[in-house]
Amino acid sequence: MRKMLAAVSRVLSGASQKSRHGFAMLPSLVSISRLKQSSHLGLPKCWDYSHSLKTRQASRVLVASRNFANDATFEIKKCDLHRLEEGPPVTTVLTREDGLKYYRMMQTVRRMELKADQLYKQKIIRGFCHLCDGQEACCVGLEAGINPTDHLITAYRAHGFTFTRGLSVREILAELTGRKGGCAKGKGGSMHMYAKNFYGGNGIVGAQVPLGAGIALACKYNGKDEVCLTLYGDGAANQGQIFEAYNMAALWKLPCIFICENNRYGMGTSVERAAASTDYYKRGDFIPGLRVDGMDILCVREATRFAAAYCRSGKGPILMELQTYRYHGHSMSDPGVSYRTREEIQEVRSKSDPIMLLKDRMVNSNLASVEELKEIDVEVRKEIEDAAQFATADPEPPLEELGYHIYSSDPPFEVRGANQWIKFKSVS
Amino acid sequence: MAAVSGLVRRPLREVSGLLKRRFHWTARAALQVTVRDAINQGMDEELERDEKVFLLGEEVAQYDGAYKVSRGLWKKYGDKRIIDTPISEMGFAGIAVGAAMAGLRPICEFMTFNFSMQAIDQVINSAAKTYYMSGGLQSVPIVFRGPNGASAGVAAQHSQCFAAWYGHCPGLKVVSPWNSEDAKGLIKSAIRDNNPVVVLENELMYGVPFEFPPEAQSKDFLIPIGKAKIERQGTHITVVSHSRPVGHCLEAAAVLSKEGVECEVINMRTIRPMDMETIEASVMKTNHLVTVEGGWPQFGVGAEICARIMEGPAFNFLDAPAVRVTGADVPMPYAKILEDNSIPQVKDIIFAIKKTLNI
Repeated sequence: MRKMLAAVSRVLSGASQKSRHGFAMLPSLVSISRLKQSSHLGLPKCWDYSHSLKTRQASRVLVASRNFANDATFEIKKCDLHRLEEGPPVTTVLTREDGLKYYRMMQTVRRMELKADQLYKQKIIRGFCHLCDGQEACCVGLEAGINPTDHLITAYRAHGFTFTRGLSVREILAELTGRKGGCAKGKGGSMHMYAKNFYGGNGIVGAQVPLGAGIALACKYNGKDEVCLTLYGDGAANQGQIFEAYNMAALWKLPCIFICENNRYGMGTSVERAAASTDYYKRGDFIPGLRVDGMDILCVREATRFAAAYCRSGKGPILMELQTYRYHGHSMSDPGVSYRTREEIQEVRSKSDPIMLLKDRMVNSNLASVEELKEIDVEVRKEIEDAAQFATADPEPPLEELGYHIYSSDPPFEVRGANQWIKFKSVS
Repeated sequence: MAAVSGLVRRPLREVSGLLKRRFHWTARAALQVTVRDAINQGMDEELERDEKVFLLGEEVAQYDGAYKVSRGLWKKYGDKRIIDTPISEMGFAGIAVGAAMAGLRPICEFMTFNFSMQAIDQVINSAAKTYYMSGGLQSVPIVFRGPNGASAGVAAQHSQCFAAWYGHCPGLKVVSPWNSEDAKGLIKSAIRDNNPVVVLENELMYGVPFEFPPEAQSKDFLIPIGKAKIERQGTHITVVSHSRPVGHCLEAAAVLSKEGVECEVINMRTIRPMDMETIEASVMKTNHLVTVEGGWPQFGVGAEICARIMEGPAFNFLDAPAVRVTGADVPMPYAKILEDNSIPQVKDIIFAIKKTLNI
């Protein structure tokens, strides 16, 4: 018991810079039982985050005995509407449990992307690497508004969605480093990660939108009340095939939520220089739309719930524009400052950072303490570190498997290599 | 008896492929079925067998198909299974691929494969490559079908053969039926295959009737993808072809037979994966090879066959260089005399065979 208390105070004094008196007190009964569960205050090494928000346990963190609120009500920005009489509600209730979940998930995505940045600079990740730090409220907020049985497809800035749709950081980083433990066995890389009800990860700008409408067609065909979230960026929004998809989705009333993640820049081209109309939520024309504050996770969640309910009621597709921002350049080969100013980036970071916004809300409404959230930061860092270790140490896929997975469900056959004498076996 | 039943059956056959009008004799006689009806039957049977199968494309439903290949299907299966699309190839091909990813089994019709160029990104990047890129997680059980290659008087933008373009890509299967039996067996295999399959039909063959052997009348009649068929046995020269030119090769073989030259005519049936074993075995027997195709010569199907022959055991059995007969290396002209001379004719095939045999 004394050992546990000593460990408690060690962690707390290390975790918080502004320690409060409350922490010298005995931990609550709840916390002691949690201590008994784990042999040390850190988490088990291979804690797996690969199940959805709804099933995740949030409160394994040691807390002081002060009582937190169970939930709090927050005001959220009203969405601009297109062809809609009403929009999502302007207030929402956030429970402590949900808040901690969202915080942890957003922090995980943030740190995972920053780790990918680091690994890329060390040349352990190569090729394309499009990071989504700054846009965490989008992937976590969308997931919070739908069910695991719903479907999601996006473009190449996909690491965050790959995580929120259920894959572990390990599998994602190992795929980025091209190892056999990667979620696509090292065959796909950054832009081609797949999970259950998550269809990538697509490299051809805009091509994923008709695919998403097709998944929505399958949802309607199967009659199971599922919807498909079909994401694209402000750059892709000018692709012709997207308008073809709008037309067919509206014509056939497909349960498709078209989502434009507007981070203001399509690669190096700002929205003003690319689009005659930057009201992306209106570009669906006959499809109703809403413009959402994509830096506020609660706004995203409420809008998603609203949009999903709309689709599930059989009214057809709906369009959401999420106004968000990416801190990194377009990809790792883009410093991201030739077409925008450092001041702009800094301003968004200091005023609209999605993680900071959630944290401030939770702390100010007594849903969590600063120290508690810092504790989550520590755990997340450790998880990412372990995953990066794995991703660096895991071997590359064996050369023998170069020819695998050409065809599905077929008997093995031979695949030609670089010359006629080099043959690879192909297994489904 | 057979003549009477033939008289009764043929008009009914030509109306539609829908009615259950098989008379149950103890021994089924062969009957005449057009390529169009064979494809229609094949699709009808697969639509009936598996409710996940559906057809989408321009004019496939209420128009009964631009070339009437899907005649009667909309009436039988309705809006959910037979879907008319707007003129949006890239969009509806992508929708079809997405539906396949989500577990349905779409048949995506291109009115002609010339229009598939609008959508070729979805066929190659979204369909063909996905199983590989996902490390075996995401399969795409889709069929892309439609008429391919030259028609009659439709000029350059409507006459291109895409066998070489689609045959180039790993992850795709590409089949090219010639007769009715091919058409039915291959479309059924394509629909049942869990991979993206491109079915290159031929508009000029749609109305041509062929004898339908008894086994082809079964609802489970399948032709394996990746296996060629020797349409005519021969000893002096191997003639390899696919689609409509197979018929020309058989005509050429008939003419040459009178002169004592026996051609072995191989119907490829599948472009990818190509059945080299059958071709090689034949060349090792005959020592001579001519390939015949409707597409352009450069980087074509014949070029691939010749390259592979050189790499394999059959090279040492060749008594003369392998020769290709192809479409002329021009965009298809309109005037009849020009068009006729832009595709391989029987006389061109005979000439090439004689040159190869040095006679």
